[in-house]
Amino acid sequence: MNSSVIVFPGSNCDRDIAIALEKMQFKNQMVWHKETKLPKSDLIVVPGGFSYGDYLRSGAIAGKSLIINEVIKAANDGCLILGICNGFQILTETGLLKGALLRNKNLKFINKDINIKVINNETKFSNKYKKNQVLNINIAHNEGNYFTNQNHLNELNNDNLIAFKYCDKDGKINEISNPNGSLENIAGIFNSKKNILGMMPHPERMVDNLISNNDGANLFSSLLK
Amino acid sequence: MKLISVKQLQLSLKKNKLKFSVTVTLKKDVLDPQGKVVQNTLQNLGMDNLKSVRQGKYFELEVNDSDQAQAEKKVDDMCKKLLANLIIEDYKINKI
Repeated sequence: MNSSVIVFPGSNCDRDIAIALEKMQFKNQMVWHKETKLPKSDLIVVPGGFSYGDYLRSGAIAGKSLIINEVIKAANDGCLILGICNGFQILTETGLLKGALLRNKNLKFINKDINIKVINNETKFSNKYKKNQVLNINIAHNEGNYFTNQNHLNELNNDNLIAFKYCDKDGKINEISNPNGSLENIAGIFNSKKNILGMMPHPERMVDNLISNNDGANLFSSLLK
Repeated sequence: MKLISVKQLQLSLKKNKLKFSVTVTLKKDVLDPQGKVVQNTLQNLGMDNLKSVRQGKYFELEVNDSDQAQAEKKVDDMCKKLLANLIIEDYKINKI
């Protein structure tokens, strides 16, 4: 499976995701944001970091970059797109995913391992997980507070477009287990065609028991199926 | 060729320039935790009659155009395309 990782000035999880993809047997290429053509890819990853120093709004400037036009075209053709952390913010700024990521409710940058629950395990991104499986996974963000309008929130719920929700270690979804104030504890969502996943947690940091755990690995192996 | 002085040139350039301010704020129903902290701090400083604070962003834009309506339309487009995220933010344009 061929993958491409888009690199912006200020991306800092690009190499982590590349290592994770290669470990999971993807044939990966890095693509600089000024490129105007994408290599043939089954999966495009928009990685985490601080593209353009988070100027204006997180992801706003990257969302208007040259390569993003190609990502949008590929997405509309059904290519799989994964946006992690700043990548999720960029995808919302392009309109590929609806909603927005606001400043964390407590105004603090949060970097810690938290728990998320797999809400929909019937997608290309999540089929190797069990439904309601609890994953221990790292978050590291300042703007992770997911917000959207009521109509879209209904659509997310009715069409099963919520990928992950923040929960406690027993899988309880409540205010205490919500680290950033996200609506309904949302940690990751799909677009209506379910070929795009945006998520604040970092699965690429969870693919090796030596340095963390292996809870993120099934996201990548799901894609290989 | 018609020769004009530097001063005249500067004047004519100025004539074709319009200045606008754009204020971007979070929509009413979107939580503004920064505004809330500023509000609490002002209240702690004794500003008892303060009701609420909403924090936002301020831009000053110069547009090369002499037609105000046309220039304002361009600024409006800039707001929609980049300066504001309409899902969470409102904007106001003022001629300055």
